[in-house]
Amino acid sequence: MILLVDMNWKRDSLGYYEFVLPIAQVAGALDRCMVRHYLEVAAEDLSRCDKVILSGTALKDTATLDQPEKFQWLKETEKPVLGVCAGMETIGLVFDAGLRRCVEIGMTPISTMVENPFFSGDFKAYSLHSVCVDVSGEFDVWAKSARCVQVIKHKRKNIIGVLFHPEVRNQEILKRFIQA
Amino acid sequence: MRLGVLFSGGKDSTLALQYAKEKEEVVCLITLISENKESYMFHTPNIDVTALQAEALALPRVAKTTRGEKEKELQDLEEAIAEAARLFQIEGVVTGAVESVYQAERVQRICNKLDLWCFNPLWKHDQRALLEELVERGFNVVISGVFAYPLDEKWLGLHIDAAVISRLVDLQQKWGISPSGEGGEIETAVLDAPMFKKKIEILDYTSSARGNSGVFNINRARLVEK
Repeated sequence: MILLVDMNWKRDSLGYYEFVLPIAQVAGALDRCMVRHYLEVAAEDLSRCDKVILSGTALKDTATLDQPEKFQWLKETEKPVLGVCAGMETIGLVFDAGLRRCVEIGMTPISTMVENPFFSGDFKAYSLHSVCVDVSGEFDVWAKSARCVQVIKHKRKNIIGVLFHPEVRNQEILKRFIQA
Repeated sequence: MRLGVLFSGGKDSTLALQYAKEKEEVVCLITLISENKESYMFHTPNIDVTALQAEALALPRVAKTTRGEKEKELQDLEEAIAEAARLFQIEGVVTGAVESVYQAERVQRICNKLDLWCFNPLWKHDQRALLEELVERGFNVVISGVFAYPLDEKWLGLHIDAAVISRLVDLQQKWGISPSGEGGEIETAVLDAPMFKKKIEILDYTSSARGNSGVFNINRARLVEK
């Protein structure tokens, strides 16, 4: 069971259809996911799930970046976590990486920096972000675009952040994470 | 949040409008009338029907004509969205994009430039499920254009129901056609939907096709009580 965290600015938002449902569709179906808004993730949800995916959000939606205290559970969980876009930015924030404004919209060339189980080589991916992460010593950089870090992996924990949206044109990355 | 919906009068933009109305406040429709029938961005058949649809929805419409040249039409779209922001104080834009990165990316860029939110509530949804949802929700959708083999004039004017969906899905399996016409294979016009206060009755039409390209043109239509 995947805990799919809805990172949109409010519960039951218009962004849910665009940023949460497509990930659930890749995961197989909604019934393989428990969807929880980020304000209502409970300890019980974290213990019941096998893995966690943090969704992305609309370009102007940076609500989670004002509330890192709502994500302290990321420091405690032992479950594998994949953060998409706003999910990666929130992971960076919780582990004291820097954030800065950086807009990328559309298909973006990505280069793999470190061999990993999810992707390899040079490829293109759909970007939709207004903020990027400047990594701290806690993370390895797995991929970059010309303008910023695109994929990070926590050095000690099983936490990955992906700045592009794999649910759009790189669904195999999500599938590999779900099936790993 | 006050939203404007990019509205072609086809099934995707009308369903996106329905989603948006269920969650936020939709204050206007934004319609680009392209003079180029091969437009990369905008649905073209029966675009004039959007005036009747807007009346049926009781929503104001910001309409702008574009010659439909590849990059100039994006500038026209930006101007139409900026006008909607000025006239109706919209804070965001909604589109009916399902798969097209080309369309989604360009609208996102315009919204970013104008500091507006952008929502695509049908984005990446299963296309067959979207067609079935239209039928379940009681949308009356007519096929108003066909633009790909093996679609032909027999499809023009058909209303989307379970039998038509099943035939479209068969064509997807045999020929790789997107069942919802996301690749521009079919165009549609919505004559009625749950949020329509009146429905559209077609009084006169012309259906014409040459090979696998044809248009069901609504010449005259009116609003009638539901």
